[in-house]
Order: sequence, then C-alpha cells, then structure tokens
Amino acid sequence: MEPWQKAEIPGPVKAVLITRPEVVAVLIKRAKRPLFVVGTEALKEEGGKPLDYAVRIAKAGKVPVVATAQMAMELKKRGLQPAARMAMVEICSRLTDPKWSLHGDGQPHDLVLMLGLGPYYMEWLMGSGLKSFAPHLRTISLNRFYQPHCSWSFPNLSAEEWYKNLEKIAEELEK
Amino acid sequence: MGSKLRIRADELQLPWLKAKGFELSLGRVAREWEEEEGPTPMPDIASLREWDKRLLKRYKPFYLPFCDLCCLCTFGKCDLSKGKRGACGIDMGGQLSRIVLLSCCIGASTHCGHARHMLDELIEKYGRDYPLDVGGENVYLEAPIIRLVTGIKPRTLGDLEDVLDYCETELVHLLSCVHTGQEGDNLDFESKVFHAGMIDHVVMEVADIAQVSAFGFPKADPEAHLVELGMGVIDSSKPVILVIGHNVPPAIGVADYLAKAGLEDKVEVCGICCTAIDLSRYSRKAKIVGPISFQLRFVRSGVADVIMVDEQCIRTDILQEAQKVNAVLITTHYKNLQGLPDRTKDPVDQIVEDLVEGKLPGAAILDPEKAGEVAVKVAMQIAPKRRKMGLIPTEERLMEESRRCTSCFSCVRSCPNTLPIPEALAEAGRGNLKPLSDLYEPCVGCGKCEQEGVCPVGIKPHTLIVGAHRREIAEEKFKMRTGRGAIQDIEIRRVGQPIVMGEIPGVVAFVGCSNFPGSWKEVARMAEEFARRKYIICTTGCSAMAIGMYRDENGQSLYETYPGVFDAGGIVNCGSCVSNSHIAGAAIKIASIFAKRRLRANYEEIADYIHNRVGAVGVAWGAYSQKASSIASGFWRLGIPVIVGPHGSKYRRALLGRKEDREVWKVIDARTGKEAYVGPVPEHLFFMAETVEEAMVAIPKLCMRASDTTKGRSIKLNHYIDLHRRLFGDLPDDLHLFVRTVADIPVTMKEEVMAFLKEKGWKEFENPNPDPTLVPRLIRVKEG
Repeated sequence: MEPWQKAEIPGPVKAVLITRPEVVAVLIKRAKRPLFVVGTEALKEEGGKPLDYAVRIAKAGKVPVVATAQMAMELKKRGLQPAARMAMVEICSRLTDPKWSLHGDGQPHDLVLMLGLGPYYMEWLMGSGLKSFAPHLRTISLNRFYQPHCSWSFPNLSAEEWYKNLEKIAEELEK
Repeated sequence: MGSKLRIRADELQLPWLKAKGFELSLGRVAREWEEEEGPTPMPDIASLREWDKRLLKRYKPFYLPFCDLCCLCTFGKCDLSKGKRGACGIDMGGQLSRIVLLSCCIGASTHCGHARHMLDELIEKYGRDYPLDVGGENVYLEAPIIRLVTGIKPRTLGDLEDVLDYCETELVHLLSCVHTGQEGDNLDFESKVFHAGMIDHVVMEVADIAQVSAFGFPKADPEAHLVELGMGVIDSSKPVILVIGHNVPPAIGVADYLAKAGLEDKVEVCGICCTAIDLSRYSRKAKIVGPISFQLRFVRSGVADVIMVDEQCIRTDILQEAQKVNAVLITTHYKNLQGLPDRTKDPVDQIVEDLVEGKLPGAAILDPEKAGEVAVKVAMQIAPKRRKMGLIPTEERLMEESRRCTSCFSCVRSCPNTLPIPEALAEAGRGNLKPLSDLYEPCVGCGKCEQEGVCPVGIKPHTLIVGAHRREIAEEKFKMRTGRGAIQDIEIRRVGQPIVMGEIPGVVAFVGCSNFPGSWKEVARMAEEFARRKYIICTTGCSAMAIGMYRDENGQSLYETYPGVFDAGGIVNCGSCVSNSHIAGAAIKIASIFAKRRLRANYEEIADYIHNRVGAVGVAWGAYSQKASSIASGFWRLGIPVIVGPHGSKYRRALLGRKEDREVWKVIDARTGKEAYVGPVPEHLFFMAETVEEAMVAIPKLCMRASDTTKGRSIKLNHYIDLHRRLFGDLPDDLHLFVRTVADIPVTMKEEVMAFLKEKGWKEFENPNPDPTLVPRLIRVKEG
C-alpha cells in the first residue's frame, strides 16, 4: 500500500491495513484506556460528515475525545462534550509520556484513534512521533488515506468506501 | 583577507604593562568601549549550555520523524524505529535533533556566506574604515546582537570582519558535530541548535547593518517609502528585468546603470523574494512582484525579458524555465552558476551580443556592475523580439486542456497542499473557471503537479490555475512599506516600559517564507487583527509581502492604514531576511536601553530578561527554508517563542511546555532568592498550529510573561479570552493558570471569569509579581 502523498516513504515499520472495519470496533472495545483525537480536517468533507461519524464512534465506544484547534465548538454543536481541547502537538507530545493520561492517574492510554488530524502530512508526522516515542501505545488512523506510521490504517479509499467503513465501525459499537 | 592573531587577557601583568580586559588583534587594533565586558564574549559551543538546559527543562523536544531511517553515512541505512539505535549508536531522538542542527547550520551558514560575500565587496569598494551608520543620532545602539554576543562594538565595515571570523569558526565547529560518531545526546544537540541560531542572528545583523550603511537604505525610518507590489503593477510594455534572490549588489548594479544611462523610465525593474525588498530600499522605482511562491508563475507569464539571479531561494531549474519563455538568464554569484559560462572578464558588448543573438541561453557575470549593465542592454535589445512570450494559456485553451483530465488524482497526491485539482479541472472543462481560479491563492507555486510523469496525459495544473486567475492577476496592485531597518533607540524608550509591564500586549513578528497552508492573506488577516488590538507588528521578507498583498475594508493595504512606527498598532517592515536581526535586536534593546541591563557579552542575563519580561512571539506561517529554522532557533535562545503553520511540522521537532506541570513554571524572585510559581508563561517555545484560528489564539497566550503587572496581564488576558471565545466558542479551559490575582481579571469579564475560577478551585498565586529570573547568579539579595 502506498501512502497518499507520493513522496512520503515511511520506512520498514508500516501500519497494518484495516480491511475489515469490525476489527476496529473490537480493538476499541478491548482497549482499557482508549482516546480519540479529532482534528479540523474532519469538518472539511461533505459538511462535516466524518465528524458526525467521530461523534457516533466516540459515544458508542465511550471513548473520551480530545479536540484540536477549533473542534471543541464543532463537537459541542453535535452533542458531544470533548474531554479536553489541545493542539495536535500538545496532545501527541503528552501521549509519549508513559505516565500521562487525561484522567491524571498515572496510567497511560493504550489506544489512540485519530480522525481529521489535518493536513495529511501533519497527521503523518504526529503518527511517526507516536510510533517512535510512545511504544506503549497503539494508534489507529480513521482517515480516508493510508497513514503508515500508525499501527492500523485504512488504505487509500474513495469517499463512499470510507463512509461505509466508518458506518460499520459505528454500527458495531452501537450494537 | 589575511589571517590574524588575536590576543586577549582578562588581566595582563608584564614588567612594562599592567592591563585589564586587554585585547590585541595583529593587523588590526581592537578598540575598547565604555561598557564593561560580560561573562561570555564570543561564546563557544558549550559556553551557554547551562542557559540552554534551563530552557530545555521547560520546553521539551517532541520529535516527529519523516521516516524510520537514518541515511547519513555508509554504515546505514539504519532502522531507528521502535527504540533501535543505528550502527553508530545514535537513537531517533539524537538523529532528529542532529537533523535540526544540520538545518540550522545550513541556514546560519547561508546568511553568514551572504554576509561575508557582501562585506568583502563593500570593503573592496569603500574600504575597511567606511563608517557604519544604521540610523544616525536615532540609533546609538547600532548592533545590539553583535555587542551582546561578541562583545565587539563595531564602528566600521572592517570591524565586522572580526565578527564574521568568530561566526565562521563557530559554524565550522557546529557543522562538525553532525558528523557520524560525534554528539549522541539529543539535549546537547538542541543546545547546539540554539548556538547555531544565535550565530545566525549575529551574521544577519552584520549583513544588514553593512548594506544599510553602504547603500544608503532607509535608516531606522518609520516612514520609509511605499513600494508598488504585485504582478499587476509591472509595466509589461517596457523591457522588464526580474531579479531574484537575496544578495542585492547585482540588482543595484542594474539600478545604477539605468540611472547613469538616463534609462530609468525606459526599463522596468522588478524582483521576487528578499533581493526585491532590498532593491526597493535602494531605489524608489523598483517594484516587487511578490514572494518566492510567485517565481514560477511570473517567469512563465513571460513578462520578464531578462532574469537575473543571485543567491538563495531561487528555483534550481530557473535556466530551463527561462528558456521556455525565451528569457535570458544572468547568474551573478558563484554559489549559483547554473552551468553557464563565466563571462565576467569579457567585454560588455561581446556578452550582450552573444545573449541577444541567442548564442547562449545566459551567462554568469560575477561583477555586479557589469552584470547590471549587461542586463539592461540585453533587456532593451531582446524585448521587441520576444514580444513577451509566455506560457499561460488563454481561457479557451485551458478549458480544452481541462477536459483531458482523467481524475486519477496523481496531481493531488503530489501537491503539498493537497489541492482539489481534478474537481476544479472538471468544472473548468464545463466552462466554470472559478474553482480553478480559487486554487491560485492556496497554491504555493512549487510546480510539483507538472513534473514529468505526474499527470499521465500531460496536463499542467499549475499553469492552468494561473491562466484561470489571469484577470485577477492583472488587478494585483498593492503598496508595501519598504524595509526600514533597525528600531530607533527613542522608540525603544517609548515602548520599553509598556511592553515589559504588559500594557502593550505584545510584539508579534510575522516572518518567514511563503509556504502557506492556505492563502497568503491569512498572514495579512492575522497582522491586521493584532495591529487593531494594539500589538506591535513586525515583519520581514516574504511575510512582509504577504501582508502587503491584501486590502482592508477601506481598500487600502495595511501599510497605508497602519503606521510604520515601533509602537502599539504599528506595522513595522524591517526589511529582508537578514533584517530579522532588527526584531531580535529590538528585544535586546529593551533589556539594554529601557532596563539598563549590561549588554556587552552578557547573553544569558539579557536572554533571561527577554524570556521573562518581553512579550514577543514570532509567527512563521509559511516557513519552508533552513534559514527559517536557524532564525527561529536564534529567537529560541533568547527565550522568544515561535509559532509555525502546519508545514512547519516538517522541521521535525517541537519545543513544548507542559502547562500542568507546576514545577517547571517556577522562577526565582531575584529580590528574595525564593522560588515563585508564575504559571506557564510563555507556554511553548516552538509550536505548530493546525489552523489560523489556533495560531491566533496561541499568539496572545504566548505573549504573557512572568513580569506582567496586573494591568498588563489583564490586557493580555482580555485579548486571549476574547479571541478564544470568538474562534473557539468559549472561555479558555486553562484560564486559571494565567490569572494570578483577582486584579488580573479584565473588568468586563469579572463575573464570568470568577465563576470559572471557582469551578476550577483556583487560588491566588502566592507571589504574583516576583522579579523573575531563571539564573541563580542574578539573585540580588540572598536570604540570611
């Protein structure tokens, strides 16, 4: 699988492809301390349809959300109170600390979902930062395009396929 | 220049001589000056390590590798993922900090090479004893960075040679640290990064004060003249010479020859990037096309008959691009010869003849005056023959081309800004050019979408975007205040106190290149917002142009609406890249002139003062270059935070504070020697914002300082809360960390803020107004 931006070559350790979205739901359910980081790219397609999915997944999976930039406002409009607001670099740098968590109890998060951490190259770099410096953490990119620095990622998808996958994850968690 | 021997001794005792602070340079006599020397004259790599560690304790690096590998030596490639070390023993943190150091060495060396080249030429022309004058009576403190770092008070061009000698030595040592098998500790690499940045600021100051003095640029003039800016201001009915780069003497060669030959009104001279700004500081007739992102689009417009390049930020395929439009290329610097024959020693008429007749596509002419004369003569002769041959298609042609798009998205996947090109082409194919035209502003002009093999059917998206925007381009007519140079001492006296007290809420420097994530107008809008809020806005280089290429609600450019004075609500264009030194210099001058801190060779104390008291922040929204990284690192060592746009994440390292960690936000109260918690001010040293909104909320926050008075903090909080509420929709959730006492709360927000603070269990700070320092030796009164 090729990354979306052509010149981005990740190295030997690459994300496992999410070919069955149900697996993501299982990973979320099994995680002890998951976290969902939602960024501004989630607003940019189809009037924020990806953000609607983020809200459904977070609610159904009971995953606390960290909103980057101006996204807290958007999440609140959709009925979800984010657990925190932080810039992308702020939350990702904290996640490299094995003693840090949103709950402040010294127990680290074990799974991080990422959606809309845009632009693509910025999510690329955040994923690589976590891959190299947060070995205690697994990361899942729920974005439309392949992010090889995460632990799991969708391949490059059409918008329809992407929504279908997000729908399936939400449905599985809502069961 | 010959080698020199320099002898220095703090105390010298000989049978025939007793001296303190003795200094002798063989070949040149180093002159003393009245101020006592501080502890770190000409610091070496390790001299300021303790200061750096103090900053790095607060601001931890967060590394962002592009890939898992190190490819720097033949031991490798080495896989550094998942905690592995390379064959040399380096880990990913060490490797990434090494890359940052490499970037800063490149940046600082580029400015240093520029400074040395120009200084050598100026000394050859004017002599070593030519006096420095950056602002006459208004600028007594002519070289704050040089004085601070080296301990030298330069009076002449020749004095600057000593400064560069020191800087060149440091840069060689710094670059050698990047070699395999040298430094391994990431924080020591980071300290070296700061050192490279500090050296960069010194050499930038050398370059700018030399050219300001010798070329008669505006000298610290708040009312420096306005220049015409934009592609629409270029008169294409005349022969046009385009200058690109950073080293202005060849462009001055053009201006001087035009004046001498009485041709100033017959030939149009315009520029891109910093050479353009510096030429406009020299000649009122020069025009500015735009920032570096305008290079490809303007060359391809075919308007320029002769393209003259010097150094830095020039497209490396400029010869091929010039040939596509039958323009002649003249290279003027040995750093950038483009494979062209060196014709420096040939007679002017012979070179002109060869270029006009097309025997050569261009020539290298390393004598600025000769290059200027050749450029003018060639432009005048070939302009009628070329008839402005351009590559920008007509509307009909571009619609036809657009219809060939197969929507494979290959162009999008090559585009740094992931622009929706296929969708826009589809609309253009149906006759609606607006979506394609709308891509003009967020296009950074790299041309990657047009590279061989990208589009399977050979469409040229960048060219079509420019074609779709053709009518608007003709209306790109703006005004920009040219670079004024330094800040006057009297301006510092006027604003020093309100800045340190916080009553002027901050100094915001919009600097750097044009690798913007969206439109360049985002920079202008930020500048306008903070100028309205009575921050002091400084700017340089391509960002200064971006601020100019925007009209406010009155239809004026911001340079027409806002004054160029270094005061609340001013928009101060200092000049080109190397003029960034005046922004750092202003912060240093506040410590020196207003606070009367000893300046000479006293880096740590001055940086400590600035970090704790001067509410300044840099915003490099479109930074792309290694120079931008070294400029930023010079600000970091002074404790001044820098915000970059999303592309800045590709510098691969942030320096971030953790606001909830109370221990790192303690200072020493210099009055008592006791520790005092002051809150996370400033919270970060190097921060990447995802959006303009995020940057705009970060700016007022990063302008807060430990020394703010209650009135000052109240003003700063007012801006922070107001912008947060407007752009993020609610009160900041970290407000309790910045409100030290009830008196800090803005009056109009008291009820709401108090309710929030109550919810957070907020308590007044124990010592809300310490005399803050991070340096124990600066404690004035010790307990007991």
